[in-house]
Parts: sequence; structure tokens; C-alpha cells
Amino acid sequence: MSHAIVTSGLSKRYRLGDRVHYGRLTESLANAASRLTARRRPAGDAEYLWALRDVTLEVEQGEVLGFIGRNGAGKSTLLKLLSRITEPTAGEARIRGKVGSLLEVGTGFHPELTGRENVYLSGAILGMRRAETRAKFDQIVEFADVGTFIDTPVKRYSSGMQVRLGFAVAAHLETEILMVDEVLSVGDAEFQRRCLAKIEDVSRGGGRTILFVSHNMQSVRTLCHRAAYLANGELVGLDESTRVVRDYLEHAAVGSPERTWDDPLRRPGDDDIRLVAVRVTADGLTVEITVDVLNPTAGIAVGFDLESSDGTSLLTSYQLDAQDPPPLRPGLTTFRATLPQSLFDDGSFLISPRIVHHNGVVVAHEQGAVSFDVVNDQGPRGSRHIHRAGPLAVPVAWESENA
Amino acid sequence: MNRLLTQPAQFLTGRGGDEVTVLRPRRGLVALQFRELWEYREVGLFLMWRDLKVRFRQTALGVLWAILQPLLLTAIFTIFLNRVAGVYAYNIPYAVFALSGVVPWTLFSRALATSSASLVESASIISKVYFPRLMLPIASATSYIVDFAMSLVVLVVVMAIYGVQVTPALALAPFFALMSLVVALAFGIWLSAVNVRYRDVQFLLPFVIQLWLLATPIAYPLSRIPHKWQTLVGLNPVAGVVTGFRWSVTGKGQPPLGLIALSLAVTFVVLVVGLVYFRKTERTFADVI
Repeated sequence: MSHAIVTSGLSKRYRLGDRVHYGRLTESLANAASRLTARRRPAGDAEYLWALRDVTLEVEQGEVLGFIGRNGAGKSTLLKLLSRITEPTAGEARIRGKVGSLLEVGTGFHPELTGRENVYLSGAILGMRRAETRAKFDQIVEFADVGTFIDTPVKRYSSGMQVRLGFAVAAHLETEILMVDEVLSVGDAEFQRRCLAKIEDVSRGGGRTILFVSHNMQSVRTLCHRAAYLANGELVGLDESTRVVRDYLEHAAVGSPERTWDDPLRRPGDDDIRLVAVRVTADGLTVEITVDVLNPTAGIAVGFDLESSDGTSLLTSYQLDAQDPPPLRPGLTTFRATLPQSLFDDGSFLISPRIVHHNGVVVAHEQGAVSFDVVNDQGPRGSRHIHRAGPLAVPVAWESENA
Repeated sequence: MNRLLTQPAQFLTGRGGDEVTVLRPRRGLVALQFRELWEYREVGLFLMWRDLKVRFRQTALGVLWAILQPLLLTAIFTIFLNRVAGVYAYNIPYAVFALSGVVPWTLFSRALATSSASLVESASIISKVYFPRLMLPIASATSYIVDFAMSLVVLVVVMAIYGVQVTPALALAPFFALMSLVVALAFGIWLSAVNVRYRDVQFLLPFVIQLWLLATPIAYPLSRIPHKWQTLVGLNPVAGVVTGFRWSVTGKGQPPLGLIALSLAVTFVVLVVGLVYFRKTERTFADVI
């Protein structure tokens, strides 16, 4: 078997300032001035972030390789490097064949143009020749299921229709290598299922190489032959996908689902109360929130939002929900919330700590501060070959009567 | 978790027909890769087509705007400069004189403004898919050729109304239109790349374009400028474009060859510097945009 992609020591470094905000002229002038006057800071990586470090891997032709890891682990950066959107800082990659990338649904769509026009435009931008798009046009429209809206400007489409049309175009790309980033987290469950089926189709069909980034462990296990596990920009595992997924879920349990705010002045909150830390256990059963109470006032609610990885709010809970919540006392206080067992189906879940004043003012809200992953290997939802939708896996009691 | 791939990667080579792309950090001056631009020409055409469609969609007057703008500017010049301030052209009606300057100027200023903004406006595409980034400024500027063609027709009509006859030199008008576009792109390619990092360009540019309009012999003849300053005017490549274009449509006087040559030379230098800057910064567009 020959290789489609070979990388060696591939690395990408970002200057921290570059990503946060773009520079202004005055700012660089000021920086240049301060660089001239001030003594040079000791050289180091303090201002830099290695989004990807020394990644060496080989992808065989026709292979479906999954990439897993936490947010910010470097998965998307790797796809961006391999699809030439950005340039590596060090190392190199060799790629055989044409690359199509689907890093976003509806790349190049213009709201003023009709669905038909956007199919051609997006197709061209993604690398399809006009003749190719024309040949596949009917299939694309059928897959997108937008029907008579095809000659309506896409700004009048529902977001679901836009997503369907965008994916439909990309799904009909006929490049030797296809890179798919987490695009399936948009759209409804039914559409997600069709997209996955399409990707499966594509991978079985013509020996095309697919790189697939996902937070959905289930689809990584079923779609991918092998999976690569990235953590902090480094490749820490590359093996058969079921094994890597299991390693990832075990490994991810160590320490990472925790966030603390060390600098007392930068802690989210106000003069009365500030957020210090939030933790969630790997199984997602226990959530701990530590706050610093500076000025105990009645009616302050400390709690969290629970969301599925596609951003759907599932639950909000506060310490005030307890039977007889004790009043706040000055000093560090930790609240511990315990969720019922066997609540969730496979997937990632986000915990966003939230502090709310009695008058309804939100004092602190840290969107997606910590997260956890659930994989149900056995148990009541063990049989995965039939369709199941939704983030919940609550045990359901079944009985039957036969008259 | 020790299943790291530790053996050195085998390097792919180009056997088997498929082309192998090598991605590695680029250093120093980089090739301009015109061949790649050609390979991606369909993207450029589609972007151009998109710009045209979007520009005239949902406007009540539609394509009329393409000709109304130069006509209005000409009317303003004719009323305030010609009638009020007494500026006149030597051998043709002032309205024809002004319009024949405004038409290539409009192509230049529109192409410059739109190409300078092109990268920033396509930020979402740049950060999600690869194609030669040069396509963006080139396509957005070139789409104004369509507006130019329409206003050229209007110019010929206005000339007929004022009884100014066209001469065979009109055949050279497309050359000056192309030159106008190249001058705009020479600056636009450079400014689009600067704009990615410093949005100040967007605020500064409209002011610069206004100033540029006044500094170019559009509303007044070049001969109104004292002779010793005329070389300085020639350093403004739009002056060569405008006087050259005006000569080609009205056919009056001698072709301003010296001025055109100087303009072309300046344009060439700006274009090369702009392209080099663009190529050097292109690699980080997706990171900073």
C-alpha cells in the first residue's frame, strides 16, 4: 500500500497576540518602540503557543483516519496545515493527490445568491470544475433536499436548509483526499445520520483517503480504521480506532476536566462573590464549583448549565435547588452536585458554571469551562446497530402485555 | 499510550502519476507561481461572477448605477469647476473632457477600493479553504471591467451629443482600460495584504482616493499644471492612464507617450513590490485575518 500523506515533525506555532486580535498600526509602532527602549525579554515560548508540535504520521491511500482530542488539542490546526490554509512553522508534509477540505459547511456561500448559484460558487471554491458540478447538480440538490427553493436566495433559507445544501456540495467533491472537520455537529440528528452514511459511502466507494475530526466517539469508532489522538498539539496515540478511543477516554479523565482561576483579580464575578474553580469527574457524575465569597448576600445562586457538545442546553441547576440550602459564609466555599447515573448517551458534554444574583443579574458565566465524554460500551444501550438519537440514555422501563 | 510512530517517515515521491504537494515553511522570496494561478482560473471567474451578481442584485436601478456614478461626477465637475470656477478644456467641450477622464478614473478607483478590501471581506473563505489568495483581489478588481464597458458606451453617446467625433485611436481605449486595472491592482494587491493585518487601510483609503482624484488631471487639463511640476505628476501612474485614455477617445493632440512610459515604469515597480509583499505575508493570512 502506498501512502497518501506523510508528515514529519509537522509543527505550528501561533503568536498569542495574533490570534486574539489583529494588530493596529499604532500598536505595532508602540511595540516596536518598547522593543527598542526596553531590555529584551528573555527568549522563551511565553508569547507563543504551539498549536501543533512535531507531528509525524503516515496515512495510507484509501484509509479513513479519525482525529480525536479535546478542544484546542490541535486537530483543526492539523487539518488546516494539510489542506494548505495555513503554513507549518516547522517540519513538512507530503501529500499525494488532490485535497478537498470540508472544514465548515457552506464555505463560500453568499446570502444574496440563489441555491443554484451557490452550488456552483461553493463547488468552484472547494475545487470542483464547473463541468463536474453540472454533472452532479441533480444529485446535490436531491441530497440537500431543498426542492423548489433551489432558485431562492439562500438568505431566505432556514439554517437547516443552508447546512444541508452546504454539506451536499462538499459531499460530492471527488478529490483523492477528503478532510472533514467536525461539521457534523450542526444540523439535526436525522441529517447527521445521513451525512455519516454518505461519508461511509464515500470511503467504501473509491479507495479515497479521508481524514475525519470528530468529538463523536461513536462515529470515529464506526467510520475510521485508525484514529490519531492529539493532546496539547502533540500526537500521543495512533492505532486502531476502538483502542485509541478507549485510551483517549481513560486518559482524558486525568486532571483535564478542571478549570481554576488563580489570579484573584481576574476571577469571574463581582465584589460579592467570585468563581475560583470548577471540576467535573470523568464520568460526569459529580460537578464541583468553588467560589470565594467576599460579601455574603442572600439569594446568590451558584450553579451550572449542562450542554451537549452541539450547544443544546440540557439542564441548569443551582445550589438553591437543595432541600434546605445553607446561607453563604465568607471565604472559599465548594459546592458539590451529583447527577444521576446512566443519564447520558455517547458524546461530549459541557459544564458552564454560572453565578446569578437574586435580582437576576448574571455575575459570572463561563461558557463550556469544563467538559466530559461519555462512552457506553456496555449497559442498557449496548446494542448500537439500530438507530438511536439524542443525548440522553436514561434507563427506560419496558413492559409488554399480550392480549 | 506508547504507540507513537517513532520511525522516520518515508518521504513520498511523485511516482504513480499523482502530483505530490510538499508543504513546508517557506523562507525568503517566494516564486509567484503563475502556473498555479492559471490552474485555479475557474475560482477566479466564479468570484468575479459572484461580485457582479451581488453588486447589482437588490438595487432598484441595477446596472444603471455603473453609468450614473461617472455621469454624476462629470455633472458636478461641469457645474462647479467649469461654470463656476472657469476651468476649461482647450479643444473639446468641457463635459466630454471631464467624462473622458472620469470613466477611466472610476474604473481605477473602484478596482482599487474593492481589491484592497477583498481579502478581509473573504476572511471566512480564507480561513476555511485553500486557493491562491491572489485570486481575490484580482477577481474583485477585474469585475469592474463590465461597469467600465457600459460607461464607455455612455461616453461615446455623450461625445456624439456634443459633436465630438471618435477617431481610430479609440481602438487603443481597451489598452488604457487594462492599464488602469493593472495600476489599481498594483496598489490593491499590496493594500489588500496590508489590510489583513492593519484595518487602518479601510479608514485611510477613501481619503487617499479623494486626494488622488484631485491630484490627477481629470477635472482640469494637465497643461494647467506648471511645467516644472509635470514630471512629478507623471509619477502618479493614473495621470498616464487618464491622459492616454482621453487622447484615445477624443483623438485630440499628440499621444502623451512620455507620460505613459513613466506611468508604466512606476506601475511595474509598485506591482512587483506589491506582489512580493503579498506572497511574503500570504502564508499567515489565515492566522491573523
